[in-house]
Amino acid sequence: MTELLVAFLVSTIAAATPLLLAATGELVVERVGVLNLGVEGMMLAGAIAAFATANVTGVTSLGVLAGLVAGIALALLFAVISLTLQANQTATGLALTIFGRGFSALVGAGFVGIPAPTLPKLHFPVLSEIPVLGPVVFGHDILVYLSLAILALVAWCIRATHLGLILRAVGDSHDAAHALGYPVVKIRYAAVAFGGALAGLAGAYMSLAYTPLWAQDMTAGRGWVAVALVTFAAWRPFWLLIGAWFFGALMYLSLYIQALGVPIPSAFLSAVPYIGTVVVLVLISRDARRIRLHRPAMLGRPFQARA
Amino acid sequence: MLRRQFTRLLGAGAAATALPSLIGSAQAADPLKVGFIYLGPVGDFGWTYQHDIARQTAVSHFGDKIKTTFVENVPEGPDSEKVLNDLANSGHKLIFATSFGYMNYVLNSAKKHPNVFYEHATGYKRAANISSYNIRFYQARYVQGIIAGKLSKAGLAGYVGSIPVPEVVQGLNAFMLGMRSVNPKAKMKFVLINSWYDPPKEGDAAKALIDQGCDIITQHTDSPAPLQAAASRGVKGFGQSTDMAKFAPGTQLSASTDIWAPYYIKRIQDVMAGSWKSTDTWNGFAEGTLQMSPFTNMPDDVAAMAKAAVADISSGKNKIFVGPLLDQTGATKIPAGVVMDDGALNGMQWLVQGIEGKLG
Repeated sequence: MTELLVAFLVSTIAAATPLLLAATGELVVERVGVLNLGVEGMMLAGAIAAFATANVTGVTSLGVLAGLVAGIALALLFAVISLTLQANQTATGLALTIFGRGFSALVGAGFVGIPAPTLPKLHFPVLSEIPVLGPVVFGHDILVYLSLAILALVAWCIRATHLGLILRAVGDSHDAAHALGYPVVKIRYAAVAFGGALAGLAGAYMSLAYTPLWAQDMTAGRGWVAVALVTFAAWRPFWLLIGAWFFGALMYLSLYIQALGVPIPSAFLSAVPYIGTVVVLVLISRDARRIRLHRPAMLGRPFQARA
Repeated sequence: MLRRQFTRLLGAGAAATALPSLIGSAQAADPLKVGFIYLGPVGDFGWTYQHDIARQTAVSHFGDKIKTTFVENVPEGPDSEKVLNDLANSGHKLIFATSFGYMNYVLNSAKKHPNVFYEHATGYKRAANISSYNIRFYQARYVQGIIAGKLSKAGLAGYVGSIPVPEVVQGLNAFMLGMRSVNPKAKMKFVLINSWYDPPKEGDAAKALIDQGCDIITQHTDSPAPLQAAASRGVKGFGQSTDMAKFAPGTQLSASTDIWAPYYIKRIQDVMAGSWKSTDTWNGFAEGTLQMSPFTNMPDDVAAMAKAAVADISSGKNKIFVGPLLDQTGATKIPAGVVMDDGALNGMQWLVQGIEGKLG
């Protein structure tokens, strides 16, 4: 029984990691008042960039770096269109996802069905040997720990630092922030780039660690789940972690239950994570006050500096 | 009406024995256009990859006498009918549709284009201008089962499947029968992922099985992801459709490999000679359409057993689905001495004893 549980937890943490990375990035983006729906596209760009680089150079760390850079590149494209040229953010984000899917498929055509080096799992002397705790806490690859560290850093930064105060000000009232002399657009550019970097990392995790392959559309909607998670968590980092683990478990559970031999049609089980997403979002949206209380007031609104 | 005309045409072609040289020279000037539609990308390194290898073999066999076109990533839906029609309208005389789900669209397209020959892989519906062809994949499953039965310490194998069509059910059952032939207490779990090609999900399914104690993994899906998952958890597994050793060198025990080229060459030859007929072809080890890649990562005696099993199946000595066969509840499904015929196999919707879980 313990063995089953340990294995389940290890797999859940792995499944949650790409969600957590991408959602943490999107959380920062939304906290400064920008809605970027291009997460799925940025993840795919990150996945192919990471895979291609790792395949060509044979070095996984370079692959991870390339995934990060690809995410930033797409995010900056979004920033130019929606922040500088002031196009509608929702439409631009959707376009970014479509672009990212197509572009990654095009670049990736030559990389289908070939192996690349896999991101190694870390091994801590003594610690990894502890029963139960060892494999669950100390048996993952570097990106799993990085995702948790970044989340903690973001939570601390938003809550307790001067920078966090500025970010929140830009997200809650860009006119006030502007009046105080903060460069609203520049700050938003930086946040969007940060979000892109994390989405790129999430993609790199998919193609170098989770399933060390490149396949078209391999993120399979995880970018959208990440966007939904931010709303689920009501823009609070701690809840993001709970949400990521919950959805990670749900995605994995649909296959796990089947292997247990529970007589539920497999087609239904495949749909469970997506049904879960819809149900949770509906439940949360019912409480309009909670959403209003936490949602950055300027979310999705363009900013134009006035003299 | 069309059908009758068509039959007459075929008759005329067969009767005109004096004409082949003339036909041959006409074709040299005007290459026969052959179309292929693929479910996955040609680089999936599994199902589609093997079909494309066969296409390339046919091209090098016929040289400039044929011109091939392939369309990859064609979903098993109404879009496939459009692709089939496009190929037929652009002068392709022979079209290979290489996945089960194209079946009804092949039927529709073939009705509209009575002068085009269609070849549908793994289906069961035919018409005057549609043939079906398939491989007895279950033969390789049985051999894999024997290896798994010998090597699994837990006596528990995990099977990543796609959708519960008879072809997949045959594979599940044959694997279990092979496994029980050497370990009567062996069991098997399976997960169906509702897709033929979805690497992250295939990998997750394999992980779920390994997490529940399976120490040998096999798959009826198209990517090496389950094999990679097996490698990352330190258990062994089998490749599917093609030799996947390079993805997990220390993990692959063997792979069932699909060799389509001889069939493709023969059918193209038939069209050239005017002797193409609607047929149903189901070949396996004996014809060389199905082969096992080298047996690795196992003791010599197990490899020898596996080779002997391949020989027995090849020669027809071992027909695999021979009674007595019990279903999951232990009830006798096929009485002793009865051999299941191809019709029964193609309608198989029940699981043999030892498999845990339900179809559906």
